[in-house]
Amino acid sequence: MSEFIQPNLLPALPEIVMLAMICLVLVVDLFLPQEKRGFTLLLSVATLVLTIIAIVAVAPSDSISSFGGSFVLDQMAVVLKIATCGLSILVFIYSRDYLIDHDIYKGEYYVLGLCATLGMMIMISGHSFLLIYLGLELLSLSLYAMIAFNRNSAIASEAAMKYFVLGAMASGLLLYGISIFYGITGTLNIEQLAGVVPQTMKENPVALSFALTFIVVGISFKLGAVPFHMWVPDIYQGAPTSVTLFIGTVPKIAGFAMAIRLLVDGLSDLQAEWSQMLIVLAVASLAIGNIIAIAQTNFKRLLAYSTISHIGFILLGILPGTDTGFAAAMFYTIVYAITSSVAFGVLLLLNRKGFEAENINDLSGLNESNPWIAALLAIAMLSMAGVPPTVGFYAKLSVLQAVIQVDMVWLAVIAVLFTVIGLFYYLRVIKVMYFDKPEPDQLPTIKQSLDVKILLSANGLSLIGLGIFPSALMGYCILAFS
Amino acid sequence: MIEAFIFYLFASLTVASATTVVTVRNPIHAALFLVLTFFTSAVIWMTLEAEFLAIILVLVYVGAVMVLFLFVVMMLDINIARMREGFVQYLPLGIGVALVMLALMLSVVTGDIFSSEAMLEPIPKAADYSNTKALGGVLYTEYVFAFEIAAVILLVAIVAAISLTMRKRPKTKYQSPPDQIKVRKADRLRIVKMRSSNFEP
Repeated sequence: MSEFIQPNLLPALPEIVMLAMICLVLVVDLFLPQEKRGFTLLLSVATLVLTIIAIVAVAPSDSISSFGGSFVLDQMAVVLKIATCGLSILVFIYSRDYLIDHDIYKGEYYVLGLCATLGMMIMISGHSFLLIYLGLELLSLSLYAMIAFNRNSAIASEAAMKYFVLGAMASGLLLYGISIFYGITGTLNIEQLAGVVPQTMKENPVALSFALTFIVVGISFKLGAVPFHMWVPDIYQGAPTSVTLFIGTVPKIAGFAMAIRLLVDGLSDLQAEWSQMLIVLAVASLAIGNIIAIAQTNFKRLLAYSTISHIGFILLGILPGTDTGFAAAMFYTIVYAITSSVAFGVLLLLNRKGFEAENINDLSGLNESNPWIAALLAIAMLSMAGVPPTVGFYAKLSVLQAVIQVDMVWLAVIAVLFTVIGLFYYLRVIKVMYFDKPEPDQLPTIKQSLDVKILLSANGLSLIGLGIFPSALMGYCILAFS
Repeated sequence: MIEAFIFYLFASLTVASATTVVTVRNPIHAALFLVLTFFTSAVIWMTLEAEFLAIILVLVYVGAVMVLFLFVVMMLDINIARMREGFVQYLPLGIGVALVMLALMLSVVTGDIFSSEAMLEPIPKAADYSNTKALGGVLYTEYVFAFEIAAVILLVAIVAAISLTMRKRPKTKYQSPPDQIKVRKADRLRIVKMRSSNFEP
């Protein structure tokens, strides 16, 4: 047996800090009476802040790996982990009032949310099939429980059940692909896999493509790309809105990281094959997402179909296989997560005890009662549609540039066409807010929590700020892939 | 020679008990036959020198999972007659699927890649070789990070299960030990004085 070398624990410091704090939150919460539940929230936010500090403290100038090469900390991991933790802070604070109103203001909610964040961080840093899979399961299991958290809601239980069954199937498909790769190459480590693939391509190309198909299916299921998107609208609608906010924002970043780790870091030699698959997935996602969203009257379902179309754009950025493309996709993913946190944040503000705001009509007259909140939602909608000067425009532009660079102009034209179709339903939301008259007694009312309003305003204004100075974020994305 | 005898004995027992699991009418008997299937599979694994897996199969599956299964089966009110409905109707489809599976497996086993000629005969390990020790050697060293994450996944499962199922119902009756201890004789007992001579039926 070879001598065991003590692994360098320092690169995993953020994860270690987070796990220690999760245990602390879990125990402290036990001794808190219900009226002091706010302390759990405070401690959870402190956990995320401490984790961000730890990430910055250990951030290397170059890529370092540990645990026998199964864990990697590079520029991409640092940026994506900070984005994950930062957005989780927003999610936790936005969802507080909703949780109180629906009697699900419990410590376990935050513990599960933190565990999901930990799972995402492991997916981002995972450099072996085993770690990526375990991170994915940690994320998924926490999400299943969070969706079912409101036990009195039948629709939430149904959504959790659907997500559980379909998610288990997707994990099975991913595992099947992983097992075939292990069978062919004899390694679970992604770096070693990348070294073995060129040789295997000559000996056993069929088995390699076979395994690759399962990996791509697993990834696109977790991202929600067409035709593996069936779960997205039902789960977005069925889950409590605070959980929809979580599912709709942060896991997309982890999904992107998983795609990069598996397809780019491990299987870049098969780029010719997976980019063909991604073209089909991307075009189908853009088409189905944008066209079916037109028919939606439920705002959460509308945002679900909008997510599907945005996933199409992220795949467009990955499929050229160039560094500019990856950087553009990474920028797009982070921007999308920030934008949808504004949209769901506003929707959460509209909820109150005994009233579940989820239809587009619930937004009518929002401008009369709360012009500032309406303006924030309008900014978010314009950013999703890709209207300058919001950041969504720049994100779409950089992805399209990357696609055109590899001479796939037809693909860019299709993407633009579907974006124009998508503009319709984003503008309809704005029209409802500004021009539709609500029923006299149903003017949307908004709770006045100052901290949420300040955070939401900063979050919404950042969309314009990043739109004017995109290089603030784009610089890090380009650095991650150079 | 003796190895081949043990293999064929337990392999045929496995197949027989596995068949009985699906054919027997009583669900309790089916669960018990499943235990037997696990047990004989464990013996086959033992002959493959996978003694750790064999012991785990017996301890975890037979000892814990199947006992839990038996409890569940005994608590559920299963209507066997209703479960048998449509058995004949779906039989052709079931046989078709089974035949396709059989054909696929045969084609794999007799094909080029996985045929018994293509597979090298495994070299037996030395008598003092312990795969429990080998697993332990890498589990807490090479795979320590993955091991820790698996532990966190179990923690999430515990937290999720408790937070999803534990609820305080308003009508549930609880015992209150402090109140029970503080009770005095005067609270519960009333002594009624009666003259015995008046008491006649």
